[in-house]
Amino acid sequence: MANGKNQKYYDKPIRILIAKPGIDGHDRGVYVLARAFRDAGMEVIYPGLLPTPESIIETAIDEDVDVIAISLLNGAHMAVFTKVMNLLKEKKANGIAVVGGGIIPDEDKSKLEKMGVTGNYGPGTSLNIIIEHIKKRAYGAREEKWGKSKKTK
Amino acid sequence: MEKVNFWQKKIDELSKDLNHKNNKYEHWEKTVLKDWISESKLKTRSGRLTYSVEDTAGTEDEMPGVYPFTRGIYPDMYNGKTWSMRMFSGFGTPEDTNTRLKYLLQHGETGLSIAFDEPTLYGIDCDDKRAEGEVGRCGVNVTTLKDMEVIFDGIPLDKVSTSMTINAPSIIIFAMFIAVAKKKGIPLNLLTGTLQADMLKEYIAQKEWVYPPEAHLRMIRDMMLFCTEKIPKWNYISVSGYHIREAGATAAQELAFTLADGFYYVDMGIKAGLKIGEFVPRISFFFDSSINFFEEIAKFRAARRIWAMVMKEKYGANDLRSLKLRFHTQTSGYTLTWQQPLNNIVRTTTEALSAALGGTQSLHTNSYDEALALPTEEAAKVALRTQQIIAEETGITDVVDPLGGSYYIEDLTKRMELEAYKYFEKIDHMGGILQAVKEGYPQKEIANSSYERQGKLETGEEIMVGVNKYREENEKPINILHINRKPELVQKKRLEEVKKSRDENKLKTCLDKLRGAMSSDNVNLVPHVINAVECYATISDIINVGREVYGEWKEPKIL
Repeated sequence: MANGKNQKYYDKPIRILIAKPGIDGHDRGVYVLARAFRDAGMEVIYPGLLPTPESIIETAIDEDVDVIAISLLNGAHMAVFTKVMNLLKEKKANGIAVVGGGIIPDEDKSKLEKMGVTGNYGPGTSLNIIIEHIKKRAYGAREEKWGKSKKTK
Repeated sequence: MEKVNFWQKKIDELSKDLNHKNNKYEHWEKTVLKDWISESKLKTRSGRLTYSVEDTAGTEDEMPGVYPFTRGIYPDMYNGKTWSMRMFSGFGTPEDTNTRLKYLLQHGETGLSIAFDEPTLYGIDCDDKRAEGEVGRCGVNVTTLKDMEVIFDGIPLDKVSTSMTINAPSIIIFAMFIAVAKKKGIPLNLLTGTLQADMLKEYIAQKEWVYPPEAHLRMIRDMMLFCTEKIPKWNYISVSGYHIREAGATAAQELAFTLADGFYYVDMGIKAGLKIGEFVPRISFFFDSSINFFEEIAKFRAARRIWAMVMKEKYGANDLRSLKLRFHTQTSGYTLTWQQPLNNIVRTTTEALSAALGGTQSLHTNSYDEALALPTEEAAKVALRTQQIIAEETGITDVVDPLGGSYYIEDLTKRMELEAYKYFEKIDHMGGILQAVKEGYPQKEIANSSYERQGKLETGEEIMVGVNKYREENEKPINILHINRKPELVQKKRLEEVKKSRDENKLKTCLDKLRGAMSSDNVNLVPHVINAVECYATISDIINVGREVYGEWKEPKIL
């Protein structure tokens, strides 16, 4: 998959933060995804239950991740993603892609896409589809980050 | 050391039985099956295509209502009385729930089952920032005693049994319930009902905790002691496999971890100085009923047999009530799909059938729209009707344990039993279930099973109709329930008023006394918590006192 001038984007394993915000302990899906991402060669960071948007962004920056993957089953997705995206802007954290998943009605998916939250896969989605999407976003994020830092040099 | 031998003895007996040469099958395999199909084409989990009378060995003398109760805990089972159709509900404001409870009572329900919202389940007040958007959403919100007074207004607590699904803050909700009864002038010994209160399964699966396990377990012990003395008809714990299963466990793992938890609570009561006959009969169970039809039935049968045998042979229990495993069942939420949601009615039906054929005492059937949202009234009605059709139209209640003696069911029951004993042995070896849980052992086992199952769905080895087979693009959406923010406003306003009118000095004294009681292991916390809720302490006022004393729990690494 990797070739030519873009080689550097593919060299290091993708670092991904998985988070499940809200007061909800049903973490079956989170563990399945974490294992699947790890088996796909990614470095997975799972900070445990009950994270807030603030703690998610803080961890993402500290851990220097390429992607934040957030799962929500409780209907709070619009509020949470709006907050996460605003915080990312506030902290000027460029080069971190945000993907979503869980129970998200169709009418909200397009709104999320506009905010930059992609994927938004529901239960029953094949893991391969999710993994491919994350790779695409992660390499895109690196291009943005590294491309820019090159210019400033 | 002796304990390990007990499990090992069971493992040896069952292994010997299950590996016994099956002459009838082998003869049939050689003379009939081999000519018909090549062995490589056989596709069954146990590697056997069918079973024979030889697989029922050792079960010939079992009868319903007779030790070890594999065939049911009552001689007449549903012929006498069908299972209770206990539909779990609770929503919105305490007023909404009160109206709903009164409606149910007017329509002949005698058992109430109350669901609490997420903030209540975690001991978070309704005005906390973290509770935003969650108040009254998945159940009713309770922040202070005032809310419980509203919920039970006009409800005769001595005439109905009240089941409350609450765990980490169960001692607080229970104290509020007692305070309401006291205000109504109802003698405590007339109260009947159930608290879920099973914290071990929280660490294993549902993950709703505040403190390290020992602190929560001590509170269960205190409720156990308090109830045994003062509220003898109260089921102070419902040992739950449901959440373990939904977190991804196999049927055998659900069985094993749940019963291991149950044995822990028995040990706890004994250690606290209680006699088996006076507290064990009040321990009840709560299982999942999932989609593999026969496996579930075998699981329920094995649960009863194991409980009876272990209580008798290992604990020396001799009163029949301590030997009988009573359980509630809920159909599986995990097996429901958001794709083609009407298919879920069929899934729930077969799962409910498994529960009925497995001899459950009560049953909750899920609604077809629950993979999408909380159920609409219409969907909840279909779920209840599903039970009524099974109970009143199909004729399966005429005969007790109609599958008893089925070659396959009897073999599968023994296999379930063996799997469970292997886990008991392993857990004992690790130093008991509490230690195993603290090390994350059941959690890892469950995560492995869950991942394995996902892999099978990916490859199509296991099928979910509408998900990885017979998919449809552009499905038409169904109507789902939308919940508004009204409960949050109502609750916040009520809390504000409560805080204005409560006596802060009195409250502080109560909380200080509670802190003192928590710091010493040989004081019963229940009366102290009752005092605190009577001063209108909020749920998090009390939770936070414990936080100062016990600290918070950090989950062991599972990955």
